[in-house]
Amino acid sequence: MTVFRNILIRLLTTAVTLFGVAVIVFVVIRVVPGNPIAMMLPPGATDADIARLQAQYGFDKSIFQQFMIWLSGVMQGDFGTSISTRQPVAGLVLSRLPATLELSIVALTIAMLLGGALALAGTRFRETKAEAAVDITSGMALSIPDFLWGLVLILLFGVLWPVFHISGRISPALNIDFSTNFYLFESILRLRFDVIADLVGHMFMPALALAIPLAAIIAQLLKQSLKETMHLDYVTLARTKGYGENHVITREALPNAVLPTLTLVGVQFTFLIGGTVIIERLFSYEGLGNMAIDAVINRDLPLIQGIVILFAFLFTIVNLVVDMLYVLLNPKLRHA
Amino acid sequence: MKLSRRNLLKTSAAAAAFAAVGLPSFAQAIDELIIAYNVNLPSWDPTVGLSAVNPTIQGLYQSVFDLFIPQNPDLSFGSGIITDYGWGEGNKTIWMDVRDGVTWHNGDPLTAEDVAWSLARVANPETGSPIQFIWGKITNIKAEGNRVTADMPEYEPTFFKWMSFLTGYVMPKKYYQEVGAEGFEAAPIGTGPYMVEKFERNAFVRLKANENYWGGAPEFKTVTVKFVTDAASRVAEVESGNSHVTLEIPYEEYNRLKDKDGLAGVAEPISDIGMIFLNDIEVMTDPNVRKAAAHAIDKQLIIDRLLSGFGVPIDTLQTPDYAAFDDSIKVAYDPELSKKLLADSGYSTDNPVKFKIQTTKGFKPKDYEMVQAIVGLWRRVGIEAEIEVYEIAKHFELRAADQLAPAAFYNWGNSVGDPTTSTGFAMFGPSPHSVWDGEATFNKILPLWGEADEAKRIAGWKEVDRSIAENAEVIPLLQYVQPIVHTAGITVVPHRSGALLPHLMTRS
Repeated sequence: MTVFRNILIRLLTTAVTLFGVAVIVFVVIRVVPGNPIAMMLPPGATDADIARLQAQYGFDKSIFQQFMIWLSGVMQGDFGTSISTRQPVAGLVLSRLPATLELSIVALTIAMLLGGALALAGTRFRETKAEAAVDITSGMALSIPDFLWGLVLILLFGVLWPVFHISGRISPALNIDFSTNFYLFESILRLRFDVIADLVGHMFMPALALAIPLAAIIAQLLKQSLKETMHLDYVTLARTKGYGENHVITREALPNAVLPTLTLVGVQFTFLIGGTVIIERLFSYEGLGNMAIDAVINRDLPLIQGIVILFAFLFTIVNLVVDMLYVLLNPKLRHA
Repeated sequence: MKLSRRNLLKTSAAAAAFAAVGLPSFAQAIDELIIAYNVNLPSWDPTVGLSAVNPTIQGLYQSVFDLFIPQNPDLSFGSGIITDYGWGEGNKTIWMDVRDGVTWHNGDPLTAEDVAWSLARVANPETGSPIQFIWGKITNIKAEGNRVTADMPEYEPTFFKWMSFLTGYVMPKKYYQEVGAEGFEAAPIGTGPYMVEKFERNAFVRLKANENYWGGAPEFKTVTVKFVTDAASRVAEVESGNSHVTLEIPYEEYNRLKDKDGLAGVAEPISDIGMIFLNDIEVMTDPNVRKAAAHAIDKQLIIDRLLSGFGVPIDTLQTPDYAAFDDSIKVAYDPELSKKLLADSGYSTDNPVKFKIQTTKGFKPKDYEMVQAIVGLWRRVGIEAEIEVYEIAKHFELRAADQLAPAAFYNWGNSVGDPTTSTGFAMFGPSPHSVWDGEATFNKILPLWGEADEAKRIAGWKEVDRSIAENAEVIPLLQYVQPIVHTAGITVVPHRSGALLPHLMTRS
């Protein structure tokens, strides 16, 4: 019952958080200089023309009135119409969400595999040159931001050895007739290996660029946790029972050492989703982040609101899921 | 070479590795033309909303839709959907003849009714056309046979020029009324050289050749335009052979890439210019300060040092391609004159005049760096300018509200080359695009808006430009050059408007 009560409370606080985000975003983007009407003013526009355009887009009303109109629309699932694309905002952001989610999940998977492997190697060969190599590698990976990794990868695998696609999510010539925009997941389910190969060819570089800094963080934290755990009594007991070092690390130490890393991964995953904004732009990946930059450039206020609300929703959901996982994996909390 | 098992294995392994890596596409015959384009296409309706006045996407629109009156690559006006046109008696009416035998991409015939409806639609304030102030000058639009006529109660000398400019596109009446705005966005059709086959917003558009195009079928039957907004990625796209053509890359990269095997480049001046708006507030009300600022800038030096020589210095808001260009109007680089002018107003390098200059950073090639260089040149003569970086959206808002700083860097496009759409809108006080409120210039410009005698009109604008230059009411800097890099296997014809048009590309 406690778990359900906690989830209920978290869902309620999520709703309050989203409302707060909506208010802040709504006000802030209307207060900062640069409005879309000024960008579309014709050279000969009169005051009447400006007033007409403002009325057409609802900017002639007070911010409070605009917010109430927007909020009542949101309650009915209508997030307004994008100024630049003239399409419903909800449809636009939901059509781009799968691309960003798939990219983030693939990046997270790569980060966990890379980071985990580095941490295990560093622990297995602790206090040797191999551990120093792991530390140097993770230090370098962490000190270079993801967009620079992106440029390095473009140079390596896009220009010098052109094996991956530099831009886009899928080849334009490829005909797919999928029922969702989760192309990667759906192609796996449908066993469309041609589509999987094409998607991976496009996704590999942006996902790796996103993953490298996160992998470094995972490696450092997990290695530290593992090293601390390796000195605990139950690990020593396992050794005295004659288990090999590999068994001791992966079967005995890892399950306990992984918990703090899991919390970190949850927090970092939200940052990783945020990082897609720049990476998607760099690789012209058709996700939410790429769309967000265009929305900001064009001062497409309804679209900015929609994207920010969705990002905020994603962040809160991810945090909620991480908390629940933590409870499930940690027996102390589960029975508290 | 002796055929042995070892050699055979080596050759097979090399071939397999080569196949796995994949040959760059510039080494292969080009079936599908791939263009790495520098901006996204937000909307497919070229006549309404924000996209309609975005000059950077007009090339995409012109691939699918036809302008009423097309412009040739040298900006001269051609014969298109409208084959002939003119004013009626007393300039109170206009007439336009519509080309026969043109079909829409869905096979429907284009009629004069389509042209009349397209004009009426953008003339209607309710549709949200940003250029309604021009289209709204005609009324009583009628189609009879292949001729469209309309009344023009107030003479507008640039009306037909606007038919080659922003929002001047022919739209399909029957189809649009059937599918509505949303349906049109999902499946746009036009009469242009290419048809939209597939469109992924923020990703790409795949175009298929319109074999029935009235101007002749384009050479490349399939064209994919990838939206690659990052310049470094565009460079990588064309360098790796993933794309065949790209544009708007740094000039240093252009120079490097065009000399590479398998690549070529073309860099021609386009109709965009770089300029500094002077707002007649604070110290800019002093003509000596303005003139000193103008004479202190060595434009050629900036072009040579910062833009690798890619640019044409200008002294008025007209480029050599524009109708009112007058090469006798000069604003010389003369720092000594600047010092003298400033001294006359009590300023010197020890007691500099101070003001703010606003600029974008990265919106145009080396915009911020150019302003930095200008500020450096100003400092030598006794001007201390503080740089404020802002976003382009803020520039538009401040400009519309007449709240720009005393100096503000901006770029201006005017592909139809008429002086009203350069000097006119930039310097006529009541225009939301002008921050100059001087009465003398206002009075000089006012009678030119409706001048019916074309020679007199153009001569009048030249006089306005001369007066503006003499009083340093704006600082024109340069005409931009557009760098285009492409694979050596194709020929790219640059268009002075800056539009990259795939139907002008052919195999070499």
